[in-house]
Amino acid sequence: MDKKVAQYSYTKVENMSSVKSPGVGHWKLQRISAIGMIPLLLWFIPSLLFSLLGSYEEAIAWFQSPFNTTGLFLLFITLFFHASLGLQVVIEDYVHNEGLKIASIILIKLLSILLGVLSLLCVLKIYLS
Amino acid sequence: MAEFALPKHSKIVKGIDYPLETDSKNTRKVNVYRWSPDDDQNPRIDSYTIDLDKCGPMVLDALIKIKQEIDSSLTFRRSCREGICGSCSMNIDGTNTLACLKSIDDIEGEINIYPLPHMEVVKDLVPDLSKAYEQLTSIKPWLQTNTKPEEGKSRKQSPSEREKIDGLWECVLCFSCSTSCPSYWWNGDKYLGPAVLLQAYRWIADSRDENTNERLDDLEDSFKLYRCHTIMNCTKTCPKGLNPAKAIGEIKKLQLERK
Repeated sequence: MDKKVAQYSYTKVENMSSVKSPGVGHWKLQRISAIGMIPLLLWFIPSLLFSLLGSYEEAIAWFQSPFNTTGLFLLFITLFFHASLGLQVVIEDYVHNEGLKIASIILIKLLSILLGVLSLLCVLKIYLS
Repeated sequence: MAEFALPKHSKIVKGIDYPLETDSKNTRKVNVYRWSPDDDQNPRIDSYTIDLDKCGPMVLDALIKIKQEIDSSLTFRRSCREGICGSCSMNIDGTNTLACLKSIDDIEGEINIYPLPHMEVVKDLVPDLSKAYEQLTSIKPWLQTNTKPEEGKSRKQSPSEREKIDGLWECVLCFSCSTSCPSYWWNGDKYLGPAVLLQAYRWIADSRDENTNERLDDLEDSFKLYRCHTIMNCTKTCPKGLNPAKAIGEIKKLQLERK
């Protein structure tokens, strides 16, 4: 017990976060992307449900409108960006092994880029078809 | 990685039952967490039945009665018995609060008392707060200035400037809020926690303090400040009715404004 008490020194607390990691930038971008997704999802979800009611051709026609393609581009970029920021926070909260933490964050970033680029290509493919 | 297996001595066992032989109808059972560093035993819950007709109105009165009349080995911190010293913070009826401000009448059924959650226990209801005190020291909780006040005068503060530290200076540092915060449970070694951040904002908001920028620089860290995810447990539990979550929000707002 005594040992436990003694190990906290003033300097140790000062240097607790050994890497001075930025906070406000990440925090700001997470909120901006969240706010940005509100109109995008309000537009996308009803459109998606509506397209399910129609025929295949109608759905393709919807995707081929330049307005809809632009909207989908914005939505997927915001979505995967926001997801990677949020998942990074979750990992920082719960993963306490330093190596595993960094590895998981890198993996999350790469996966977000991969899935993001993939979905943009899909939208583009339908648009150009 | 997340720890799934609990450490040794985590399992709480049933302890001693102290019944009460009395004709009184107005009795209450008090279940108290007990753990001693001196033996190699698991923590246990001892149950004391007390006569409320011969006891003061607050939970602290019940604890003092138990210590004086039933079991003198029961260990807890207390001093002022009126919510000013912040010593008797503990988890009562599932909520962190001050035992001296918690009325027995407000609790239905048996009274369950545990130490503040997720802190090392020194003994029984006494948590080890040394780490939290070190964190408090790290934010330099005193007035810092670069200029001298007028000869023989104190530093001036207008009533409206003074109002800005209302709701902040009242904190008695009982750490009920910090120990109610899951972010503080998981990252208490890096995250400063609501109690310390409220203190940090108390000095940031003080018009007489001249080191505001340095204070904000020190807090601009993804762990020290931004582990707060605004779940408001701190504000809900504060026995003094303060709002640490709002203070943290104000710090975040200032960080955003000065970038």
